[in-house]
Parts: sequence; structure tokens; C-alpha cells
Amino acid sequence: MKNKFKDNSQLIQLLQQVDKLLTLSPFADRQCNFMEICGTHTVSILKYGFRNYFKKRINFLSGPGCPVCVTSQKDIDKVISLAQMGVRIATFGDLIKVPGSKSSLEEQMALGKEVNVVYNPLDCLKIADETDEEVVFIAVGFETTIPVIASLILDAKKLRIENLSILPLMKTIPTALNFLLTNLENEIDGFICPGHVSVIIGERPYKIIPEKYGIPCVIAGFEPVDIGLAIESLVSQIRKHTPIVDNRYKRVVKEKGNISARRLIEEVFEKTDVEWRGFGEVPASGLKLREKFSKFDAEKKFNINVKSSPEPEGCICGEVIAGKKQPVECPLFAKKCTPDTPIGPCMVSYEGACSAFYKYGEE
Amino acid sequence: MVPDDREKIEEKVCLAVPYRIISKHGIKAVADVFGIRKEIDIRILDDVNVNDYVLVHAGFAIQKLDQEAAKTTLDLLREISEEQI
Ligand code: SF4
Ligand code: SF4
Repeated sequence: MKNKFKDNSQLIQLLQQVDKLLTLSPFADRQCNFMEICGTHTVSILKYGFRNYFKKRINFLSGPGCPVCVTSQKDIDKVISLAQMGVRIATFGDLIKVPGSKSSLEEQMALGKEVNVVYNPLDCLKIADETDEEVVFIAVGFETTIPVIASLILDAKKLRIENLSILPLMKTIPTALNFLLTNLENEIDGFICPGHVSVIIGERPYKIIPEKYGIPCVIAGFEPVDIGLAIESLVSQIRKHTPIVDNRYKRVVKEKGNISARRLIEEVFEKTDVEWRGFGEVPASGLKLREKFSKFDAEKKFNINVKSSPEPEGCICGEVIAGKKQPVECPLFAKKCTPDTPIGPCMVSYEGACSAFYKYGEE
Repeated sequence: MVPDDREKIEEKVCLAVPYRIISKHGIKAVADVFGIRKEIDIRILDDVNVNDYVLVHAGFAIQKLDQEAAKTTLDLLREISEEQI
């Protein structure tokens, strides 16, 4: 891998400037801790060689960047229990390999259970239409995906589809960041905020972070140029003591986000407390269906009864997501836990921190 | 981004990639990327026109790609590199 941006002389120049800034106070004798919230940023930072380039000067922490990675073991167990009840499961592909306390969806499929992988949640309408069986869509996702899930519910209602419901496991990012800073001990100097979540929510929900905690935020895209600009912004903001929400992804992120999408979310869902892997229960950080859509709630429809279960033994995904440890500090990393034999969710998804380190990391 | 990368990425839950609108009919549109055509949902975007570039996530166009702003990013980069500390 090494530095893939080597052909881009402008980017190199920019990084050299960041280098210079980093030799000046307040960075002279300490490493900066920057957390990227989005799994896709984790991949870009590793893949294009930023981590390697800034070694010892910038410590990149992978945050709660992946809806699959932050899904708790208990919720995975709920999914498995639904499959065992004989309902037809529809889900995004990433979820299939994540092990619950006893089994994964992949194993359930091998046992003959019906699991359909969808790319567009609206495909569930077709699946439900073609069968008499109950179909449950496993609704994981952050703000990027939630408007699409809201559309699924509205369409299902309009088309009077009776055999379709969702297991609501959606989570919202800004509430989680606030929780991360208030409740979990970490030393974060700056956030690289997720590009596509921000397309929907806009700049405003992050404002509390610079205002309340004095920590700068940059909304960034995923190309090497975008990452370079994000790092430059964080370092200059810290140096000048002017923390703000800097939007460096203006080509798709508008100040107010996507207003129609936000309205759709508002129409179908309301806030609720949810459990995050690694964080525990975070107040008001999730979404549940509003009363008038409650017949689409699989949790109510099927009376799922699952107890909390401990994290897989030895897996430190929780600490990785909270920015306290790096994947390579996990004793199972690249030994018992690999993308083919994942123990925790961070090794399952392409953008999970452990899988990104396994694939692109050189440490 | 190269096409085979794209295929892998498309399956991911939270990523979005740019497409160009070829035609539209109601809340649906046909969009194209690298010659691959696909039907997408445009209900959460106002004012989508043929030839617009849009960011597509899970089958939905979630935002228009602002060409001007894309150019500004590059200009900004140029500016920063020229600036002396
Ligand atoms: S693997 Fe990537 S796309 Fe899939 S849920 Fe995680 S971050 Fe999102
Ligand atoms: S390497 Fe595997 S076991 Fe260790 S934290 Fe990552 S996912 Fe969990």
C-alpha cells in the first residue's frame, strides 16, 4: 500500500504543511487523537496511507462508524430468534456473518432458514408480495439509511401489506458523539464527521461538540483530497483555538441537510433509548416507530424474548468503537479472528475497523 | 473509484456513490454509472433533472452533487498548498 497519494503533488504539499503545523505548539510534544466516525473514512485513512504517513504524530481512532458494528449482541440474538421462529428475514449483506451468542444468520441459512439479502429496503415490498409468509426487515442504519426505511414503512402502509414488519435497530450519530464525550473516558482532539450521514442531517447537529466541549469537527468526503483537507482543518483549528463545524464536503452536504428526508424520518419515527455495542444504553439515540405505524414493529408482532448476553470472549470491539483501543491490541486479531472467521462485528464488515486493519494495516 | 470497487461498495449499508440521471418518471428515475443503468428512487430530492449527478444510497438518490462546490474543493486545495505558514 504505502502512500497512494504520492502522485498528487498538491496533496503532498498540503500534507507537508500539516507536518509543519504539527511541529508547532500545542502539538510539539504530543500526539493528536482524531476520531473518524465513519467506517468508510477508516478504510480511506488506512488504504491511502494517511495513518502510515502521520505515524507518531496523529493517532486515528475508529469510532462508532458502522451500523453493523454497533449492533449489540443482544440485538443479533433477536434476529436469530426471529429466523428460528420461521419468519423470512430480509437484511443488508453485512449482517449475515455477525455472530450472535450462539449462532449467525449465515448458520441459520445453512440450516435452511429463509434469509434474503437486499440492497434497497424497498425490495422487501416485492418479497412480501410474493409470499404468504411473514417477512421481517432487519432495520439497521444511521441517518443515511433511515429515510429509506421510513419510505418502506409508508409504502407498506399505502399498499396495505400485512405480512411485512421491521426490527427497528436504527441509531443516530450526534447523540452518540455527545455520549462518547460525556460518559466514556477518551482523549479525542477532533472528529472527522461522516459524509453521508451529514448529507441527511446537515451541519447543525454537530455544533454542540465545539460549543460544549471545544472539540473541532470536520465533515469530510472520502477521496484522498477530502481526507487531507479534513486533517488540515482539524490541525489549524486546534492551533488557532477556534473549534467549529467545518464543512469540507459542500459538494453534497448542505447546511440544513436534506430537509425532505428529515421530514420523512420525523413522520414515521420517534426517539427512543437504544443499546450500542461498546457503549451500553444511550438515551434518545435510537428510533422507534410512531404509534400509528406500530403494526409494522416486529418486536411487538412476534413477542421476541431475548436476554442480554455478554460480548464474545476476548473481543474488544466495544473498546475499539469507543476510541480506547486499536484493533491490533486485541489478542484475537488476525489469529482466531479474521474476515473468514470473524469473532466480533468489527471484523465482519468491509468498513469495520478490524477488517480494515486486517486488509490495509501494516502495524 | 474503479467499477469493481464500486460493486463491492454498493452492497454496503451506509455508503453512497454518484450516478447521472438519464430519465425520470414520477418518483423513479433511471441513472447511469460507467454504462451500468439502474432504477433509483428520487422521492427525497426536489428538483432533479436529466443529466444531474446525484449521490445514490440503498437505491435512493439522497442529494444532488454540486459541480461548482466540487470545483471549489480543488481550488481550496490549491490555495492551501500555496499559502505559506
Ligand atoms: S460495513 Fe460499512 S457499509 Fe456496512 S454497515 Fe458497516 S460501515 Fe456501513
Ligand atoms: S479482532 Fe475480532 S475479536 Fe478482536 S476486537 Fe476485532 S472483531 Fe473483536
